[in-house]
Parts: sequence; C-alpha cells; structure tokens
Amino acid sequence: MKRSEVLFVVLAFAALALFPLVAEPYGIDRVTKIMVFCIFALSLELLVGSTGLVCFGQAAFLGVGAYAAVLLSPQDGPAALWWLLPVSMLAAAAYALFMGALSLRTRGVYFIMVTLAFSQMAFYVVHDTPLGGGTDGIYLNNKPVLGTLLDLDRPLPMYGFTLACLLIVFVLLALILRSRFGRALAGIRVNEQRMRATGFSTYPYKLAAFVLSGAIAGLAGFLFAVKDGFVNPELMSWHLSGEVLIMIILGGLGHLRGALLGAFVFAMLQEFFKSEAIFGDFAKHWHLGLGASIILSVALLPRGLVDVPHQVVQRLLGWRSNAPGGKGRS
Amino acid sequence: MTSGEVLLRAHGLSRRWGGLLAVDQVSLELQRGSVHAVIGTNGAGKSTLINMLSGELAPTGGRVELLGQDVTSWSQPRRARAGLGRSYQRNTIYPSFTVFENCRLAAQARTPRPWAWWQDARKCPTSMATAQTSVERAGLNDLRELAAGLLSHGQKRQLEIAMCLATEPDVLLLDEPLAGMGAEETERMLTLLAELKASHATLLVEHDMDAVFRIADCITVMVNGSVIASGTPDFVRNSPQVRVAYLGEH
Repeated sequence: MKRSEVLFVVLAFAALALFPLVAEPYGIDRVTKIMVFCIFALSLELLVGSTGLVCFGQAAFLGVGAYAAVLLSPQDGPAALWWLLPVSMLAAAAYALFMGALSLRTRGVYFIMVTLAFSQMAFYVVHDTPLGGGTDGIYLNNKPVLGTLLDLDRPLPMYGFTLACLLIVFVLLALILRSRFGRALAGIRVNEQRMRATGFSTYPYKLAAFVLSGAIAGLAGFLFAVKDGFVNPELMSWHLSGEVLIMIILGGLGHLRGALLGAFVFAMLQEFFKSEAIFGDFAKHWHLGLGASIILSVALLPRGLVDVPHQVVQRLLGWRSNAPGGKGRS
Repeated sequence: MTSGEVLLRAHGLSRRWGGLLAVDQVSLELQRGSVHAVIGTNGAGKSTLINMLSGELAPTGGRVELLGQDVTSWSQPRRARAGLGRSYQRNTIYPSFTVFENCRLAAQARTPRPWAWWQDARKCPTSMATAQTSVERAGLNDLRELAAGLLSHGQKRQLEIAMCLATEPDVLLLDEPLAGMGAEETERMLTLLAELKASHATLLVEHDMDAVFRIADCITVMVNGSVIASGTPDFVRNSPQVRVAYLGEH
C-alpha cells in the first residue's frame, strides 16, 4: 500500500475508535452494524477483487455463521465466546469448502449461477425446516460472554469487539494479499492459464481463498447474530449477496479499503433515502433513490470511491492546465 | 548436464476432435543443447502438439516422457514444476503487473510456500534473484518497473521468454516467439535463443523460415496432423515431400 492509503486506513480506524466518545446510543448501534457489513464486504473482496471469483452466494456463509452461533448456544445460559466464535466460523468455512470444491470447477457466469444455487439451498434449509425456526427465525436469548471481561449484551463492548474483529480481519487480509499466496491469487485473477503454465496448481489456491472468505463471512454472521440477538432466513437471501457485491463495486474492486468505504457509503445512502425528514412520503420508495445513486456513481467512478482522490487531482490539474497562463503538470 | 541427453520424448502422440484427427501419431525427441523446430502450415497441428506436450490438452493416444518419466497423466502445473517451460503464441502475460513482477510471480512457482501468509512475497530472496536474472537475460532490465501492458509487442514477446526462464525449466516449448516482430527484434530474440540453447532442450514452433533454418538443429515438418519429414535442416530442405507439400514447389 502507498503511504497515503495507509494514512487513510489509520485515520479511518482512529475515527472508528473515537466515535463512541461523541456518539448517541443510536449511532453506536448503526456503526456497529456497518462495521459488521465491512467485515462481510472484506470477505467478498478477497474473492471478487483479489482472486477474480465473482461469488453470488456470500450470504450463505454469513447465514451459516449466524445460525451456528444461535443454534449452538445453550438454552440455559450464555455460551463462552472462546469456543462459540471459532466454531461458528468453522461451520461457515466448512460450508464454503463444500460449496467451493464443487462450484470452482465452473467458470465465469456459470460460477456465479452455481454459487447462487448453493446459497439458495442453504436459504431453503433454514426457511422451510424446523431446524432454523422457519421464516420467523430464532432468538439468541443468552449472548456469549468471555468470563466477566466482555459482555456482548451491552452496546459499547459490542462496538469495541466488532471494531477489534474488523481491524484484525483487515490487517490479516492486507498481510495475506502481499504474501506469496496473495500474489498467486492476483495472478489467478489476471491470467489463470499462465499461472498453470508456470507451475501453480490453481484449484487449491482458489479453494483456500474460498474457505478463508467463508470463515470471514461466518465471523460477520456471528457478530450479526450476537448484535441483534436474532437470526432469520433473510440473512441467507440472495438480496444480501447482491447488496454486498454492490458495496465492494461501489467502493472499488481490488482494494481492501474499497470494501470499507463501500459498506459505509452504501449504508449512508440507504439511511439518507429512507429518511422521512428529507424525503417525506417519498422515503417509502427509497430503493429508487438508492438504485439511481448507485448507477450514477458507477457510471462516474468506474473504479469506485477509492478512485475519488485521483479523479479530483486529475480534474483539478486538467482544469489548471487549460486555464490561460496556467502550467499544470500532466 | 550433458549435451545430447534426451529430456522430452513424445511417442505416437495423437489428438482427435470428433472426426478430425488434429495430430496423428507424432513422435519426437528434444535433446539438451539442440533446437528442434516444428514447422507446418496453419492448421497442421503444431499448437495442438505443443499443448499436449505441455499438458494443457490430454492426448487421445500416445505418451509423453519428461526427464525419463512417463508424464502423460500429469497436469500442466505438475509438468511445469518438473522442468517444462512454455511460451504462448499470443501474449499471455499479466498486463497490470510490472515487468519484474511478471517474472517474480513466475519464479515464485519454484518456491510457492503459500502457507507463509505473514511473509511479504518480495522478501523471498530466491524468487527475487531468479526474476532479476531472467529480466536481465531477456534484455528488459531498463523496463523492469513498467506495467507489462505498456510494453511494445516485441518487448512482450521477450517478456514471454523471460517469464518462461524464471521458472528455471530444462525444456523450453516456444510457440512462435518471433511472431509479429521487426527485423531488429528478431535478431535480438535469435541471439537469446542461441544463448539458451546449450543449457536447455528447445522446441520451436515458428513460421519465419529463415530463422528456423538458421537456428534449428533438427526440423520436423507437419502437414494435416502428420509428420511428413524429420531431420537436419539440409535433409528437410532437400526432401521432395516437403518441397511439394510445404514449400509449394511442384
């Protein structure tokens, strides 16, 4: 990463760390949710932006993680975080292993369709069987605890824990992407045929990325379930898989910070267009405004929001070099 | 490393596409220290042959031996790791990566270590050194930090070879390395191929006849999937079948 990019990320995390000092409870709740979406978006960014695998079933992993957290929690008291969290992630990773092992044999649009099909399978399992409580979902009555250290039932510890998870995931992915494994994934994204000719067995690499991505999405699902104390089949719906795809495209594919930006801006746009204070009755039709603004931003910023500084500099310098007497650098 | 040692051997290699026999019972040997050229008109089956040798395409008959081992059932990556390097007829590079990164990534195939997730890929001394050597060898050192997509066509062809060398292969399968190159670039490439000849066994598929007759030690001529002549350049040049079928003389 360039120095300016590192600075951006450091400032963003610093702002998130300081936010609770100035925020109302409602704001803390919203930002916690957005940070969970950031983790979810990062998990998909690893597949789409870094490896070139357009997965349209990411919500399945989120859902498996969330349902695992609820279903494995004992009825009579809180579960211990130290085992419930890894086990929920493992459950999501296991589903990713199963889904990846089969779907990675296909390519392009077929891959998109097969991943969608696998996520719909998971959706209908929780939607139509008694296991997941059907359309109503299930409540998580006792939130997991870490001894007396951490009580995730209170908003502030939940906020801090989510932020810590986000930071760990971000740093982990940043390290992985510059490692040999990450460079190999980048090579697969750009030219898989050449990677094979060079001696990389690409299938295990893609599968490993898939499983890792599933585990991270499972973490997001766990946090989702614990934060809301509630899961329902909507967590596995293809709408959510589509939304997270829009987030990373909006933010800018191929950049981890794009996933963060995308998740935040998407949530803010949603909030904005849903606001009755601004739009009055029209707020009912918030999908319209959200959709139009996303189309607009993709049209104007094909490389996503991460490209904004570059665009601004270019427009500004372009304007200066055209101005009479101005000597702009090209 | 002895010159004349047979590194790659094809026995009766065939490939059928439905009713079409694209390659019919082709046998050939590649020796260290010599360049074996395969020539033939478009559609003669040269690329199919190279794809079967490299493992990109499974043969419908025959077998391939690499360094004395039967590798017919091996995947392409496995053959590549065992010492088989290939370049492509159409440029098959990573356009968005720098020239150096193109080679470093190729060299990484020799020390993949995918589990070392905390380690910066650019901290691996082995692959960095190999990449540097191959960039220099292909004459691209001045351009090493340039995005590969910005190279000229000829430079991309050189990069193809550099990436192939970065995997430190024993056998080179070069699919039309001179395609679309100018006279000066062709000379540079031929010099490079001549340098590589001593330490590698080279298969050269090429349309530039002057270049082939200058550099090849052995030439195989294919027509409609079959070999019609194979031998020294002089033998091939004087072969009546070749004159009729390929060089267009009656």
